[in-house]
Amino acid sequence: MADSGVIDGPGRKDEIERAKSEGKDLTKEEKQRLRKEKKQQKKIKEKKDDKASQENEKEKKPVTSAAPASQPPTQPTVQKAPSAVPATAPVSVPASEASVPADKPTKTKAELKAERRARQEAERASKQTKKGETGQQAATSKPKAPPSDLQPVVKRLPEHIQVDNPDVLKKLAKKLERQQIPLRSDYGYKVSLFSHLHQYSRKAPLTQQLSIPSTVIHPAIVRLGLQYSHGIVAGSNARSVALLHAFKQVIRDYTTPQNEELSRDLVNKLKPYISFLNQCRPLSASMGNAIKYIKKEISNIPSNCKEDEAKNKLLNCIESYINEKIILAGVAIAKCAIEKQKISDGDVILVYGCSSLVNHILCKAFEKNRKFRVIVVDSRPRLEGKEALRRLVQKGISCTYVLISAVSYILPEVSKVFLGAHALLANGYVMSRVGTSQIALVAKAFNVPVLVCCETYKFCDRVQTDSFVSNELDDPDDLIVTRKGTTPLEGWENESSLGLLNLVYDVTPPDFVDLVITELGMIPCTSVPVVLRVKNVDQ
Amino acid sequence: QDELMLVEYFRDQMKKDPDMASAVAAIRTLLEFLKRDKGETILGLRESLTSATDCLTGVDSSVAVSSGGELFLRFISLTSLEHQDLSRCKKVMEERGELFLEKISMSRTKVAKLCHTFIKDGAKILTHSYSRVVLRVLEKAAAEKKRFSVYVTESQPDAAGQHMAEALRKLNVPVTVVLDAAVGYVLEKVDLVIVGAEGVVESGGIINKIGTYQMALCSKAHNKPFYVVAESFKFVRLYPLNQQDVPDKFKYKADTLKTAKNLSEEHPIIDYTPPSLITLLFTDLGVLTPSAVSDELIKLYL
Repeated sequence: MADSGVIDGPGRKDEIERAKSEGKDLTKEEKQRLRKEKKQQKKIKEKKDDKASQENEKEKKPVTSAAPASQPPTQPTVQKAPSAVPATAPVSVPASEASVPADKPTKTKAELKAERRARQEAERASKQTKKGETGQQAATSKPKAPPSDLQPVVKRLPEHIQVDNPDVLKKLAKKLERQQIPLRSDYGYKVSLFSHLHQYSRKAPLTQQLSIPSTVIHPAIVRLGLQYSHGIVAGSNARSVALLHAFKQVIRDYTTPQNEELSRDLVNKLKPYISFLNQCRPLSASMGNAIKYIKKEISNIPSNCKEDEAKNKLLNCIESYINEKIILAGVAIAKCAIEKQKISDGDVILVYGCSSLVNHILCKAFEKNRKFRVIVVDSRPRLEGKEALRRLVQKGISCTYVLISAVSYILPEVSKVFLGAHALLANGYVMSRVGTSQIALVAKAFNVPVLVCCETYKFCDRVQTDSFVSNELDDPDDLIVTRKGTTPLEGWENESSLGLLNLVYDVTPPDFVDLVITELGMIPCTSVPVVLRVKNVDQ
Repeated sequence: QDELMLVEYFRDQMKKDPDMASAVAAIRTLLEFLKRDKGETILGLRESLTSATDCLTGVDSSVAVSSGGELFLRFISLTSLEHQDLSRCKKVMEERGELFLEKISMSRTKVAKLCHTFIKDGAKILTHSYSRVVLRVLEKAAAEKKRFSVYVTESQPDAAGQHMAEALRKLNVPVTVVLDAAVGYVLEKVDLVIVGAEGVVESGGIINKIGTYQMALCSKAHNKPFYVVAESFKFVRLYPLNQQDVPDKFKYKADTLKTAKNLSEEHPIIDYTPPSLITLLFTDLGVLTPSAVSDELIKLYL
């Protein structure tokens, strides 16, 4: 874009000459516009130079450093994506350039001064980096645009959905090296539509590459990571609770080093743990919300607080989070479902997979002497329905077990469908185990009401309309099955045109969901952003 | 004793102004009850008001009476009642009650003002049974010198549609009464469908005289807009999933509930229309889509 200044120069000059030749003086507005365009060109040039110089510096600059006026005061995204990879989608760049003229009037004097200073420095550096600049521009997706020009904060794409981008991977590798966490390598041929996601093998757990004892990572976290990657702890509630318990252990064993503040140091200690867990298995939305909460609580600890007191306070916070948001919310949801007659006598209820919340509701309803029967739908390769079946039959509920291929056969018998959710997105879509949207679709076709049960801590700010953009790929070897002594897919890696796809999640549109039961009450699926808004106001 | 007085007052109010919604009469009764109440505690006051509402639903089992009563209670207690003196608290509650009553008596006019612009010149409108709000809207449209004609369904079992046709003839609006079974037949001639509502539920659907669901389904199939006009005190904290899910106490008339031995032999007088069939709702809170109703309810109740 260094050229654009040159290109536009003659363009503007033409305009001026044209205006002059037409005998009109440049009106005040035109002059202002020209001045604005000049400034804009210079700014863009400066941005490019800034980026180029920043490429070589560390990413983890403290947000409050004055020199880069390009760091915006509001960057919650720095905390959000632990990898500070500044990879915005190409969409953001035209957005930034479009919004630059719009943001002109809102500049403050201080910002302008800082920009001028940065521009001068950048121009000095630009002569050296100009050669590398054009090469890098083609390769990298544009790094984060100097957000001081952008009022709306640009959300960077998280790295775990940009696996096919080599620079993002390089950045991730560098970051993990710094944190002394081994990088987990992808396994097997990835279907092209999902090549932007990680695909790990269970046979190569991350912990084999760790030295024993690991000095960087707390043993409770190592154990948790192993439990995640092997599916020993599965299900969003279970994972969140296990995470919080592990963090409690970490806090108990933590001692503040000399000359450090607990509030800042503990947050920094948690970052490598979170990266490690992310490598073992990508974090779920509920875990993300829990981590945000903990980080907020830690950074809110006053500096004059004694260490023991602070630790106790944090442990209590975590206890109350688990209690309120998970356990009591489950109780409230069950109460709501039962009292408002959503489970009535003679009902035939269909459930899919194993959702701890749905099982809890059904057990409670059975205790309250509602007469109903349950149809459990299950699917390969996880076959989680067997666990749900076990729990329900133990209570004495009469159950039927089918595989998902039979769902259109039994649906005429069903009166209601109860589904659990992994997360509820801001546009009302429900993210849940793969197969859920299929069941919701068939239920809609048969006019059977679909109820989703979800605690509010699983509501997240993301927006997603399809299951491709952000998902999780599980171990493809799980799809291999041995029947009657033969394993047809045994040597699948050797077939060049064969790919095994083991998706974990899918999204269900809100038109297929009739009702969402949360601890705040029963809401339609489209009201999720209202709840998020109310929650944000509360906090 | 107290209950009889309550019911008396309620019936009086209904007789005095037949044009008034039953819910408004109920709220007037509750306000009067509040003024005459000799309770000693605020909690006792609330309880007696709740039981008074229940008593009134025993007289007129429409959804609006119970929702109106609940909203009235919420509105008057949604203020700081930290005064030492109970009589002062009561006075505050009474003032809020009067304010509430004033607001809702203006609600029909507000709705009419919002809705009449959607009736274009030369429009053919289909409506169902007798609704005072729809009547008000059509009055306003006629007053704005719009030319339109109306088809009304007969709406058995009480032939309320005839009543509506009478009222419209007085306004010099060309009106045709059609059989309930002729809704599908007449829909191709019609431009838009406007109905009232007895209650608006949390999902954005409505509860109205039986036959409304059918009309909504047919207008969806014909791609005609289906508009609902309702005042905001009709918003109720119910979330039915299908027809079966609507509680029995709303489905039948109050006398039927008391005297009938086997409810399954009685025919319900209301049905539930899901939000997917409704285009827009006109309320005194504004013009809402069905998904915005939940938003408003959250604001009103939470």
